[in-house]
Amino acid sequence: MARIAGVDIPDNKRGEISLTYIYGLGKTTAQKVLDKAGVDRNTKVKDWTDEQQGVIRTIIVDSYKIEGELRSEKMMNIKRLRDIGCYRGIRHRIGLPVRGQHTKNNAKTRKNRRVN
Amino acid sequence: MSRSLKKGPYLDYKLDLKVQAMSKSGKKQVIKTWARNSMISPDFVGQTIAVHNGNKFIPVYVTENMVGHRLGEFSPTRTYRGHKDNKKKK
Repeated sequence: MARIAGVDIPDNKRGEISLTYIYGLGKTTAQKVLDKAGVDRNTKVKDWTDEQQGVIRTIIVDSYKIEGELRSEKMMNIKRLRDIGCYRGIRHRIGLPVRGQHTKNNAKTRKNRRVN
Repeated sequence: MSRSLKKGPYLDYKLDLKVQAMSKSGKKQVIKTWARNSMISPDFVGQTIAVHNGNKFIPVYVTENMVGHRLGEFSPTRTYRGHKDNKKKK
């Protein structure tokens, strides 16, 4: 079990996939991290040595905004829009698409409280 | 596509003049404008600007956070009364 950036425990998958379980890291960034650390993208997480793990961890923590920090930044940005009462803020408030999409049909991601 | 930096932000010329005159004289008066597409420059902070929404003027008190947005963003042109509750559908 590898533990990077707090709580994330991706395992038993290839490195580039496993890292994407961290909020804020997608496949591209994951690949960048691994290349920088000099770890093969295809080695599974359980096969990482401790040093490799350490290097990867420091790279991620030092150079990327991830998890809670990223989430709160996102929330802050939205909150700013809401507070100043601009058009985008209003759309956020009433839960409709923010970027000018049509709402006659579709737009379900924003409009529905999905019932599964 | 965003505006070329070479040109600088778009400010409605006459509105800018009025705001500057206002801040020079120190008086606080509501400025009416139709220039919804004008950017809010740092000079506008603290002024109240009445922005036309096609029907009437909506007073907008400009705060620091609003700089860089456009005046029209604060003066909605459509009335949204919400949709009827579709919860029954499940």
